[in-house]
Amino acid sequence: MGKDLLRFATAGSVDDGKSTLVGRLLYDTKSVLADQIEAVHRASVDKGLSTPDLSLLVDGLRAEREQGITIDVAYRYFGTPTREFVLADTPGHVQYTRNTVTGASTAELAVLLVDARNGIVEQTRRHATVLALLRVPRLVLAINKIDLIGYDEESLRTIEKAFLALAKSLGFADEAVQVIPLSALVGDNVVERSSQTPWYTGPTLLEHLESVPVVGPEVAKPFRMPVQYVIRPRTEELHDYRGYAGQIAAGTVKPGDAVVVLPEGRPTTVTHVDTADGPLVEGTAGRSVTIRLADDIDISRGDLLVAAAAQPTVTNEIDATLCWLGDKPLRPNARLLLKHGTRTTQVIVGAPDSRIDTDTLTEVSLVDTAETLSLNDIGRVTVRTADPLPVDEYADIRATGSFLLIDPPSGNTLAAGLVGTPLTLS
Amino acid sequence: MTQALDALDALESESIHIFREVAGEFDRPVILFSGGKDSTLLVHLAVKAFAPAPVPFPLLHVDTGHNFDEVIEFRDAVVERFGLRLEVAEVQDYIDDGRLVERADGTRNPLQTQPLLDAIVDNRFDAVFGGGRRDEERARAKERIISLRDAFGRWDPRKQRPELWNLYNGRHAPGEHVRVFPISNWTELDVWRYIQREGIELPSIYYAHRRAVYKRDGMWLASGPWGGPRPTETVEELSVRYRTVGDGSCTGAVESTATTLDEIIAEVTASRLTERGATRADDRLSEAAMEDRKREGYF
Repeated sequence: MGKDLLRFATAGSVDDGKSTLVGRLLYDTKSVLADQIEAVHRASVDKGLSTPDLSLLVDGLRAEREQGITIDVAYRYFGTPTREFVLADTPGHVQYTRNTVTGASTAELAVLLVDARNGIVEQTRRHATVLALLRVPRLVLAINKIDLIGYDEESLRTIEKAFLALAKSLGFADEAVQVIPLSALVGDNVVERSSQTPWYTGPTLLEHLESVPVVGPEVAKPFRMPVQYVIRPRTEELHDYRGYAGQIAAGTVKPGDAVVVLPEGRPTTVTHVDTADGPLVEGTAGRSVTIRLADDIDISRGDLLVAAAAQPTVTNEIDATLCWLGDKPLRPNARLLLKHGTRTTQVIVGAPDSRIDTDTLTEVSLVDTAETLSLNDIGRVTVRTADPLPVDEYADIRATGSFLLIDPPSGNTLAAGLVGTPLTLS
Repeated sequence: MTQALDALDALESESIHIFREVAGEFDRPVILFSGGKDSTLLVHLAVKAFAPAPVPFPLLHVDTGHNFDEVIEFRDAVVERFGLRLEVAEVQDYIDDGRLVERADGTRNPLQTQPLLDAIVDNRFDAVFGGGRRDEERARAKERIISLRDAFGRWDPRKQRPELWNLYNGRHAPGEHVRVFPISNWTELDVWRYIQREGIELPSIYYAHRRAVYKRDGMWLASGPWGGPRPTETVEELSVRYRTVGDGSCTGAVESTATTLDEIIAEVTASRLTERGATRADDRLSEAAMEDRKREGYF
C-alpha cells in the first residue's frame, strides 16, 4: 500500500488571500521549484512589486495575469511523505457557483476562506451552501489574515461560533468541520505552527489535510457500476470472453454477488472481477474493472449494474435540484439532453418549482411566477426522461444521483443535476 | 474495513475510465505517440483499459524530423509489440514543399501544429489523446480532461465547459474535435513511480549515458541533423539523461548518473527545477509560450 490521494477544493471571495494561501501551501511543502519561483520573482519585479507575489504561481492564463483575476478552476498538485494532494482552486467572483460546483464535485474536503477582519460574509454563506448541496464530506474554515487583527482570540472565537452554527444549519456534522486561524502571508498555522496563537490547540492546515481519512463514503454504499464498454476480444483462445468494463461507482463487488442489470431489470451473478493484472478477490469503489457475468444477456454501454439486494429507483420522472451553469436561463419545457452515468437520454425540464436563496438560506417558491433559473441559480425542477433511468438520491449515492443537462445544438453543459433534495434547510 | 485505493491505483483507474468513455462515445479516436515517457504511459494505460482485447484505435506521431534514433526504434518496437497501427505526419514534408518554413532558431516544435491539424482532418479523428499533465505548466493546469477544439483546432480557455464529477461532456459539431488528457492529474513523480511499479520499458536516453553535448542558454544540447555547436560553443562528453523527449533542437539533457529507476526517482524528488524549465527551450520563449501554442491548436 503506497501513499494515498486526497482531492480537495478551495473557495473564498476575492481578496480573502486564496491564491496566497495556495501559493503558501505549495511553497512550504517545497512543491514549487526553483524555475517557477524565479519566474514569479521576474514577473513581480516587472510589475513593480517589492515582494514576490505568490498568487502568480497560481494564475495561469495571460488574461488573468493582465487583469489580475482568476477566470477558471485550476488544478494544483503537491505531496508530503504520507499523502498526495490534488487541489481544485476555484475562483471566487464571477461565476462563483459554476466554479465552486465544478471544484466541489470531485472533492472529499473543501477549504473555505474568510478574512479575519470581515468574518462570515454573504459569499461565505453562498459557498458553504453549494458545498453542503454537493455533499462535500468535510469542511475547513480557514480564518485568514489573523496577523492583521493582532491574533485576537476573542474575535476569532466569534467567527468560529458563527460558522459552526451556519455549518450545522446546512447539515454538516460537528466532526466534519474544522476551524483553523491562519495567516497565508506570514505562514502562521498553514504548514508551520504559529507562536502567536498559543490558545489554538488544533492542527495546522497541512496537519489536518494529512490526517483526515480519505476512504470515500461511497465504498460503504450498495454496489453500482455504469457499463462503459463491452470487451469482446473475439480471438481463438478468448472466443467466449464477454466483459463489461466500468469504474465501480459505489460499494464493492466480488464473484458470486447477485446483481441486476438496469433499466431492464434482469438478474444475474458476477463470475469474475477482472483487471489487466488479473482477477480481483473484490473490487471497491473507484477501481476500474471488467466484470463477467454468469448469464449471456444483452448488455451495452449505458446499462447500470447494481446490487440485487439494494436497487435504485427506475423512473421516467425525476425530482431534482439543479445548479444552473449556462449563460442562457432555463427555458421551461425545453427539450435537453441528460447524461447520467454512461447513458445520455432526451428530457423535458419543467418550469422550476423553487429557487434557493443562498443569502437567507430559504427556499423561494416560483410556482405561478414567470421567474426561471439563470446562471449561478440553484433550484428545484421535475425532469421527464425519454428512457427510464435508474437513479439514487444524491444524498445517498453521489455517483448515481448526479447528472448533467446538455444543450443539444451547442453541446454546452447547462446544469449540474442532483437527484432529490440533497440540501435540507432547517 | 475496505481501504481506499492508493494514489497510483486511483490515478490508473481514473485514466482507464477516461479511455473507456472516449472509446464508448467517439467514432475515431487516436493516441498521440512520440515514444516519450508520457505517451508511452498513455499506450500502457490504453492496453490495460481494453485488455484482453486490443486497443481499439491507432497511434499518431507528428514527426519533427529532429529525432533521437533510440526513440524512433523504441516507437516502432512498441507498435509491433502491442499490434497497433501507427500514422506518421512529417514536418519535413511541409518544409520540403514550402507549406512551412524553418525557423531562425532551428526549433521545430512549434511547426508541429499544422501537420497535426491536417492529420486530424484527413483521418477524420474526433478525439485525440495527448500525454499533457496539469503539473507541467500553468496553462495546462486550467485545461479540461476532455477539451473542445473548434474547426481550426483552437483552444479557447474562456469557453471551456465545466467538468463535473466524472461525467465528461464530449459533444461536438462536425469538424470540431476534442483533445483528451487521461493523465491530467499525474505528476512527474507519479509517472516515474508508476513506470517502476509496472516495469514499463522506455527509450534508453531517459537513463544516464555518455553523450557529446554543448551548452546553450543554460541547457545541454546534442548535435544532430538540426545543427550543432556554434563556433563559440565547446563540445564536452558528459554523463547525461533526458527528462523529456521532444524536438532534438530544443530538448536539453540534464547532467546525471542515474542509470536505474530508483536513482531517477531519487533525482526527480530532489530536483529544484520542473522538467519543462530544465529541458525545454520552447517553453522559455515567453511567459505565455504554452498558452499561445495551445490557442493555435498545439497539443
